[in-house]
Amino acid sequence: MSTDVDAASRPEGRAAKPTMSGTPTLEARNLVKTFGHVVGLANVSLQLYPGEVLAIIGDNGAGKSTLIKCLSGALTPDAGEILVDGVPVVFKSPVDARLAGIETVFQTLAVAPALDIASNLYLGREERSKGPIGKIFRMLDTRGMREAAKNQLSDLGIGTIQDITQKVETLSGGQRQAVAVARAAAFGSKVVILDEPTAALGVRESGQVLALVKRLRDRGMPVILISHNMPQVFDVADRIHIQRLGRCAGVITPQSHTMEEAVAIMTGATTLDQPAGPGDGAGGEAPASDGQDGRDGRDGQDGRGRGA
Amino acid sequence: MTAVIEPTGQVRESETPGARLQHTLHRHPAIGPASVLVASVIAFSIANPRFLNSTNLSLLVQQVAVLATLAIGQTMIILTAGIDLSVGAAAILAQMVMAQTAANNGVPGVLAILLGIFVGALTGLLNGFLVTRIKLPPFIVTLGTLSIYTSIGLRYSNGQSVYAKAMPSALIWTGNYVNIGPYQLTTGVILMLVLFAVTSYALTRTAWGRHVYSTGDDAEAARLSGIKTGRVLLSVYLVAGVIFGLAAWILIGRVGVASTNNLTNANLDSITAVVIGGTSLFGGRGAVLGTLFGALIVQTFQSGISLAGVNSLYQVLAEGILVIVAVALDQWIRRVRR
Repeated sequence: MSTDVDAASRPEGRAAKPTMSGTPTLEARNLVKTFGHVVGLANVSLQLYPGEVLAIIGDNGAGKSTLIKCLSGALTPDAGEILVDGVPVVFKSPVDARLAGIETVFQTLAVAPALDIASNLYLGREERSKGPIGKIFRMLDTRGMREAAKNQLSDLGIGTIQDITQKVETLSGGQRQAVAVARAAAFGSKVVILDEPTAALGVRESGQVLALVKRLRDRGMPVILISHNMPQVFDVADRIHIQRLGRCAGVITPQSHTMEEAVAIMTGATTLDQPAGPGDGAGGEAPASDGQDGRDGRDGQDGRGRGA
Repeated sequence: MTAVIEPTGQVRESETPGARLQHTLHRHPAIGPASVLVASVIAFSIANPRFLNSTNLSLLVQQVAVLATLAIGQTMIILTAGIDLSVGAAAILAQMVMAQTAANNGVPGVLAILLGIFVGALTGLLNGFLVTRIKLPPFIVTLGTLSIYTSIGLRYSNGQSVYAKAMPSALIWTGNYVNIGPYQLTTGVILMLVLFAVTSYALTRTAWGRHVYSTGDDAEAARLSGIKTGRVLLSVYLVAGVIFGLAAWILIGRVGVASTNNLTNANLDSITAVVIGGTSLFGGRGAVLGTLFGALIVQTFQSGISLAGVNSLYQVLAEGILVIVAVALDQWIRRVRR
């Protein structure tokens, strides 16, 4: 199921391309999820390789949320498998996914506004003091956690937050997002999933969050980014998974397609012939031609996904 | 499809004195009630210097012990964005079990106390079960169990009171005097203070406490952070039930008689103390320490107004105004953003 991508066939212009070879850090195979007779996901597959940002785009109701909820354990798929580092896993709750190293920053952020930054970073995995005070009296190592939280934030270049004991509700939207992302990226996680991280943010703050995403990627952390915002997606994503009507309408790269083409695929105005299947990491990558369905004119790069 | 990003000029407002006060109160929720307490003590001692007599202050603290203990449990439940209307009924039931088993069934004192606390725990467990498993709103659950526990208490005791002389000394131990300088406290008061210290520690210094706060603050966020919110809620109701059982013990020592007529206003009074103490009815904000101040404020008004020779009706009026002011203040503090 490993996909050997011929380096030479890669579009040029982006130096720091992730190596789309070897075992995907996170892989979904033929996920199916139905809600009554509404099909949320119909045979959706996805691969996420180390050190890449994979964007998931799609119209409302395309199954983006269902897909990431399955990946993050908030929903259990009806069929299909999820693999982490090539090992099949079953997530019954977000806790299971977190234990497997899949951290999700939900759109609602899942932070406790009345708690301070350090408490939020450690929420659900607090550390106790050493020795009998921690063991018997279960005293928290508040100071240690604050120190570590501070280091974590400065490691990620989140310098705007000075006071780690500040309550999260006193932070700006971008800072809150940064706290949520920092929490997701800590604790030895393998994958960070971000659901619409910039939806509620202004330009400057969005820029900061996107820079944070790039920094995570540069440290080798694969990121799944769900977004509606095409310029942002094309700015940070290495590959773009397009969901349409519960299916994967294709996986493109910012180099192979333009934003307009991506939107066309997303809305069904154009189709790619080859939605990415298992072992088809970079499937269907040709630029959509001007033709209605774009079935022709992709031979040049078509072999990339399946041939090699 | 492309979302338009609107530039929002987020300018940090320069800190006005009002904003700074708001921030400080936001950080330290107990400061508000503490200053109200200090101010009212000063005001009442000006109105009548006898207010500051060691006898009066001792009595005040003795009188507040039961309500303050009940309010600890109430605080924990309100911190989870819940409410408990069955507080008084649960304590009365526990009290009747303690007194009856000891006086009528010959159960040794200490065992009778444990039985009463156990019954208190059961009442909490039932409330918690209905809230977390049956997913009913706490208001409705405890409105129902208020009647249930009251009727069980009446049925069990046949409406008969048990007097101190029929009870073993362990039951009225909480009424024993402890003299500290000119002040005369009771062991019940000491027990109450210990409970405040223990619960305050558990809520602020342990992971469990953080989970209680975050569950009350935003239950969904807590769940997504991996906190088993149902278990946290259940534990809070259980611990509160144990505390109500201990309050029943303090009550027996204080009043010297176990009667179903005790604690008639405890349900609402405990909520009053919690709210005046700065804990938010919306959950996730507040501190048990504030509740101690809240209960003391209520008692100070009661004692101070009668010592000032004012019609005691005004005490009820003042309490009502305090509750509304406290909630309005809470709303204002919660508006802190950025």
